[in-house]
Amino acid sequence: MKSLGKYLIFIATLFVRRESIGTYVRLVIDESIKIGVNSIFIFAIVSSFMGAVTTIQTAYNLISPLIPNYVISLVVRDMTILELAPTIMAIVFAGKVGSNIAGELGTMRITEQIDALEVMGINSTSYLVLPKIVAALLMYPMLVVLAAFLSMYGGYLAGTLTGEITGTEYIYGIRYEFIEYNIAFALIKSVVFAFLVSSISAYKGFFTKGGALEVGVASTSAVTNSCIAILLADYLLAQLLL
Amino acid sequence: MIEIQNISKSFDGKQILHNISGTFEKGRTNLIIGASGTGKSVLLKNIVGLVQPDEGHVLYDGRDFTSGDKALKTDVRREIGMLFQGGALFDSKNVEQNVMFPLNVLTKMSKEEKLDRVNICLEKVGLENVNKKMPSEISGGMKKRVGIARAIVNHSKYLFCDEPNSGLDPQTSIVIDNLIKEITEELSITTVVVTHDMNSVMEIGDYVMFIHQGHKLWEGNNQNIFDCNVKELEDFIFANKLMRAVRHQNHTE
Repeated sequence: MKSLGKYLIFIATLFVRRESIGTYVRLVIDESIKIGVNSIFIFAIVSSFMGAVTTIQTAYNLISPLIPNYVISLVVRDMTILELAPTIMAIVFAGKVGSNIAGELGTMRITEQIDALEVMGINSTSYLVLPKIVAALLMYPMLVVLAAFLSMYGGYLAGTLTGEITGTEYIYGIRYEFIEYNIAFALIKSVVFAFLVSSISAYKGFFTKGGALEVGVASTSAVTNSCIAILLADYLLAQLLL
Repeated sequence: MIEIQNISKSFDGKQILHNISGTFEKGRTNLIIGASGTGKSVLLKNIVGLVQPDEGHVLYDGRDFTSGDKALKTDVRREIGMLFQGGALFDSKNVEQNVMFPLNVLTKMSKEEKLDRVNICLEKVGLENVNKKMPSEISGGMKKRVGIARAIVNHSKYLFCDEPNSGLDPQTSIVIDNLIKEITEELSITTVVVTHDMNSVMEIGDYVMFIHQGHKLWEGNNQNIFDCNVKELEDFIFANKLMRAVRHQNHTE
């Protein structure tokens, strides 16, 4: 409970003693490149293979002649949009971006760079953390959309190249009884997960004490706590919104 | 001028600072000395506002920094420059960007004006043609110089240095000490240096405050420090073999 209170106070301090908007615009652009653009490669790889494997495994399980082949891509589509793209990729996001945020802030803390900002009269929380959270909120939903597309495309390639499903059947399944709300649900989840990963990781890094060893511990703890928070939020959002 | 009045601080029930008072005058180098773990850095952090004292006040030219409102604190902080023990340069920025940082965030100067000011400060600390180097590409002594340049770039009225000589060879230490003294006198600023280096005391100690186990035991200057009658200070001064040899020679003469 003490940690939760400290975390909430930390979030509140993001919005006091802010710098000029121009300063934040520059910082958010820099952070968006680090958080978003630099994550495209890993997201592309993971999501493509995730879609490909989901297609093959669904095909393996649906062997009944009573079930049409297009069900394979229908399953891939719903799994991707509802769970794989927003949630599983959030775990990847926590591993890549969360550990990076915690490591960066932890190192800044132990080398007194954060103290240097405070002495200059700059609200270090707002200056260092707010741009990271805003950048994560902007970039992660885009990464989720990209991951969802590449996952379904990966499934298409795996399904058609192995002969499990034809291209026409796959496209038919993707479009069959499509519920637009699922996209909105995935995007809502992505915004929540982006906030959780960036803020928890920043919190863990920001309050690092000690040396290099503790920075490593803070990074690990950031990823672990982010993953737990993602899974809890995933369950709560599913209960509330579906 | 900075006045500290009855500063006390404890962490987790353990009292680190006991009722410390003193005055740091403008235009001279004020030293806080003492052995490691005596509370020097904690005192410095209380003075610059990184730590809030449990009791007591810090006054910057009469302005009560400890109990002042946020606006006053921000105003005072923007007049403070600080050199940290490890330099605390921002790893992702080069030398020029590091020195320019306070100007970028705290002023509305044009890019040309900022660049001119950065070059003046880098020249003042004896660094030229290193503008584009990253902190990882420069030596420890150069990092300290860049740290000093960054601390004075925004026309700071108060300069704080936390162990400016740690990790430096004796020659570079003297260069850094003299640079601090030179800047203090030239810019007529109030400088407070935390150190446990007796060479610094002898070189630049216009005012010296000795702290032992969180208590202020002595204050004076580098001229009268050898005349002190405080056992703890004598133990501190003459812990060094060289200082003992000097004392021995003085006695035999």
